Amino acid sequence: MISETTTERLGRFGDFGGRYVPEALVAALEELDEHRQKAMSDPEFLGALAELHRSYTGRPSIITEVPRFAEHCGGARVVLKREDLNHTGSHKINNVLGQVLLTKRMGKSRVIAETGAGQHGVATATGAALLGLECTVYMGRVDTERQALNVARMRLLGAEVVPVDHGSRTLKDAVNEAFRDWVTNVDSTHYVLGTVTGPYPFPEMVRDFHRIIGVEARQQVLDAYGRLPDAVCACVGGGSNAMGIFHRFVDDPDVRLIGLEGGGEGVDSGRHAARFTGQATPGVLHGAYTYVLQDDDGQTVESHSVSAGLDYPSVGPEHAFLRDSGRAEYAPVTDDEAMEAFALLARTEGILPAIESAHALAGAMKVGRELGPEGLVLVSLSGRGDKDVDTAARWFGLLSGEEIVEAEQKKAEEPVGESAGSGG
Amino acid sequence: MTAVSEVLARAKDEGRAALVGYLPVGFPDVEGSVRAVRALVESGVDIVEVGLPYTDPLMDGPVIQTAATRALEGGVRVRDVFTAVRAVHEAGAAAVVMTYWNPVLHYGVDRFAADLSAAGGSGLITPDLVPDEAQEWIEASDRHDLDRIFLVAPSSTTERLRMTTGAARGFVYVAALMGVTGARTSVGDAAGALVERTRAVTDLPLCVGLGVSTREQVAQVAGFADGVIVGSALVRTLVDAPDPDTGLADLRALARELAAGAREGGR
Ligand SMILES: Cc1ncc(COP(=O)(O)O)c(C=O)c1O
Repeated sequence: MISETTTERLGRFGDFGGRYVPEALVAALEELDEHRQKAMSDPEFLGALAELHRSYTGRPSIITEVPRFAEHCGGARVVLKREDLNHTGSHKINNVLGQVLLTKRMGKSRVIAETGAGQHGVATATGAALLGLECTVYMGRVDTERQALNVARMRLLGAEVVPVDHGSRTLKDAVNEAFRDWVTNVDSTHYVLGTVTGPYPFPEMVRDFHRIIGVEARQQVLDAYGRLPDAVCACVGGGSNAMGIFHRFVDDPDVRLIGLEGGGEGVDSGRHAARFTGQATPGVLHGAYTYVLQDDDGQTVESHSVSAGLDYPSVGPEHAFLRDSGRAEYAPVTDDEAMEAFALLARTEGILPAIESAHALAGAMKVGRELGPEGLVLVSLSGRGDKDVDTAARWFGLLSGEEIVEAEQKKAEEPVGESAGSGG
Repeated sequence: MTAVSEVLARAKDEGRAALVGYLPVGFPDVEGSVRAVRALVESGVDIVEVGLPYTDPLMDGPVIQTAATRALEGGVRVRDVFTAVRAVHEAGAAAVVMTYWNPVLHYGVDRFAADLSAAGGSGLITPDLVPDEAQEWIEASDRHDLDRIFLVAPSSTTERLRMTTGAARGFVYVAALMGVTGARTSVGDAAGALVERTRAVTDLPLCVGLGVSTREQVAQVAGFADGVIVGSALVRTLVDAPDPDTGLADLRALARELAAGAREGGR
């Protein structure tokens, strides 16, 4: 049972994980660990969280079979786990509600968060509003521009959004800034880390708050189909939605676990966020020992993805473990492939997925072709596409007036093939 | 006895605190940073912390971050840190490297220790490596007779103070406040209290850093610590300078002021 043996050493998944942080944060991490361990066996805490899931988020989220989409997946049956139907629009709320309840238990009055696509920031701003906590969200300048809608949402919810101008001005730099804030304000502040990375106990804690995705989905698939899926596909930024849906299947050896990374312009272009390729090697970033896109001097290399939520040069340590142990597979999906899957789901099923989730859909198209008509594929639809409408509209040249001219010009300069997703 | 402990012992005999100055290698360029660390030594700095720039310096404030980013843009490499260390050593002061863990890990922990030792370096300060995760470094530093300078923070429990100082060698870096590097208007009460708590559990010399930037603050800290660490204020002289020569002159002037402070406040 892999899931039982992974954490023998404090906070380690095999060699991965750990706690590489300034001493100033160790006390806070220990306090957090103590509180969350107690909370996870406290019926009162679990009850309060379950009630929020039910009456606030709308859990359990349903599963939806998508037969018209599946026609493009080698005939395999495809089922979506609909985290996009959650309040605030993505899986991120599962973890946030757990962490804001913990913040209250620890007697802290303020939360901070980093965000890439803005979904985690929106979820945190929401949880803070719900429980009356102060909230500051760090977001790379580039991401504030490509996810302007979510910046507005966070501000409407009463959060302060701080654009970060350092480094690549994306998620990685937002994480750095959040850590700086935390070191300075740790007495009053809890850092609601948004994915399954960072120093122990974050990877384990965030996974446990997201496990509900897989726990529900496994039972729902069993109930509906009388069998387990052959493959579970999920996109992997830091890896929280993927860990959430994978974890309940880890001990089902016949279920393939497939994580899809941001392949950007292709791994050969060097402009990608594929941490499980030859260009990434194990190292330390943001408190954890895991795979990192780094150069031959150990300096972090900037990642690229059309999807702000996958644009991160490192990945959760438990994913590193699952990959090295062979239990899970990881593959890059290019921007073109993801956008093709995005359009396909919209037109065949009337569902606009988040661009992050579209990577998982592209993965389902590939694995479906491998499995054929007997196959059953479960996909984590980690979020909905509202936040991405602008990006997608530009991508497909759907804007009016001057913008359409601009988009057309751009298209003429660098032609994007229609059939980009055909490579199996 | 390693160079750092010699320097600290000498300062103690002279009834003063040691002055520890931080500068990153590669800013404004490698040659310029070598000139700058020499200037520090010539101006009375006892121990030079040579910073190894890193892309994700999550314990640094804007000034050091700016310098590190520019150094990286200028193409600084890990191996350049040994050039600067050698320069400090040859100028007659003790040199320690301060860096985040990943560049060392990637270079190879033992190889880094060997090269640091060969360059005449005394040890390594690891802002994001606590003893709990440092087994490999503890072994390598033993093999190469290097100092292991770990940090203690106002939030450290007594148990952690004991564990951390037990693992440390050379001196203990006492973080004067909860926060990142950068000049502050006052040193705050946390530093003195933390020095007292740390003294209760170790005989190692205690050097206080984070937020110290003026002669007066150095003198104040010298009243209760064995060494005073100044980083951002020194780096700022170079960041703000209109040209390298002015930067170097400003750096010398500030370092001399700070060295005077370390003498004024000695215990
Ligand atoms: C909808 C959605 N899916 C996935 C992700 C990626 O995060 P993770 O890999 O932690 O699931 C994000 C991040 O912002 C997101 O908004």
